[in-house]
Amino acid sequence: MHHLVIDRWSRGSSSLHQRDPRAKLATLLAFLIVLSTTRPAAQWAFAAYAILLIVAVNRARLPILGLAGRAALVLPFSATFALLTWWSGDSLRALALAEKSFLSGMAALLLVATTPLTGWTAALESWRVPRMLILVIQFVYRYLFVIAEQAQRMRWAALCRGSHKAGGFRLAAGLVGVLFARSWQRADGIYHAMLARGFRGRFVPAAPPPFRAADVLFFSACLAGCLAVRILL
Amino acid sequence: MSRAIQIRGLRYRYPDGTQALNGIDFHLDAGESVALFGANGSGKTTFVMHLNGLLRGEGSIEVCNTTLSDETLEQIRSKVGLVFQDSDEQLFMPTVLEDVAFGPLNLGLSPDDALTRARTVLKRVGMAHALERAPYHLSAGEKKRVAIAGVLAMDPEILVLDEPTTFLDPPTRRDLLTLLRGLPQAKVVVTHDANLARALTTRAVFFDQGRIAGEGDVIELIQRFHWEYS
Repeated sequence: MHHLVIDRWSRGSSSLHQRDPRAKLATLLAFLIVLSTTRPAAQWAFAAYAILLIVAVNRARLPILGLAGRAALVLPFSATFALLTWWSGDSLRALALAEKSFLSGMAALLLVATTPLTGWTAALESWRVPRMLILVIQFVYRYLFVIAEQAQRMRWAALCRGSHKAGGFRLAAGLVGVLFARSWQRADGIYHAMLARGFRGRFVPAAPPPFRAADVLFFSACLAGCLAVRILL
Repeated sequence: MSRAIQIRGLRYRYPDGTQALNGIDFHLDAGESVALFGANGSGKTTFVMHLNGLLRGEGSIEVCNTTLSDETLEQIRSKVGLVFQDSDEQLFMPTVLEDVAFGPLNLGLSPDDALTRARTVLKRVGMAHALERAPYHLSAGEKKRVAIAGVLAMDPEILVLDEPTTFLDPPTRRDLLTLLRGLPQAKVVVTHDANLARALTTRAVFFDQGRIAGEGDVIELIQRFHWEYS
């Protein structure tokens, strides 16, 4: 199975990759707060936020179109509310809603594309985010591969036996049912393997690297940039 | 010679009513290697799942003179390293290094010590080049090596290997065999591979329908139960 693209991106070596996950998480939070409180009429501010993100993506040496395309996946959800707002006669607010959701998605993606999973989940843990929530994130991430691999093998097996000629809903329903049962079995096996290596309901994180002056500088510069846009435009 | 494992009267019934183990008496001496043979569904894997308390049946289990109980479970899991048949079940962390350090961190080692131990063990199994790679994108042979490294990193006294050569090509099997022969731990090897058993173990136990149908010298047992392809 192919590596998750974002997982591969997160293993880069740019200056943004090297920043402490806690600094990046704090920056994301600040950006989201500033973005969400920006007035719909401040359209130049949204353009400035986009430019800030493009500069950050460029510094991280990531493909801007690849990241933007993935961030655009949030648009169908926010577009529903944007359309309702537009119909109610507030077109500027509808536009701002779509812009905010896209820029938020882009910023969150930039964090996970420059920080390995263990890094940002450790940062969440250091912020006292409930352990159960972090465990769920980590397991979902791991089991995504398991389920995707199972699904791919079953699809190949079905294709080998001519599923392109006959199948339809009945076949799809059968595959989903078997996929669920097999995924459950596999998840059970993984859990047993974890118990066998001393797992006691908590991933013990490796020690976080020291929070360096460069990380403080990074967060301060990003915060200043966001606030400047928010206040001046 | 001291006993690494001593089991008396082990019985286990799955929730669906299948009697998987029906009165197993077994022992393993320190430093000894034993092969477990038997047809599919004869109870071998169910049996090894009891060796570090993943399944709990009736009967008594002693590991390194410690009786398995709720209180000793953690201690026993640090002594018995279980290598699963399917390496994909055993590798769940994002990188090879983190996966191998998972066990030592659970044992209470400091992050620095756990990572140092993980690096040492990965070098020992010939996977030092793959520290930052994602485990689920390694080849079958590499996954098996990392799975073994993950267990060795816990410094166990007993290694339990469930079908260690499944999915491996002949050269990779040879490499794995060389690796396993160099490990000093006592070993319990569940296998259908008579060649592997001959090369790695001296004694064998034959399972049949949840009971031990025979035990003794590995070569003699292979002949007695016709446990070869031809």
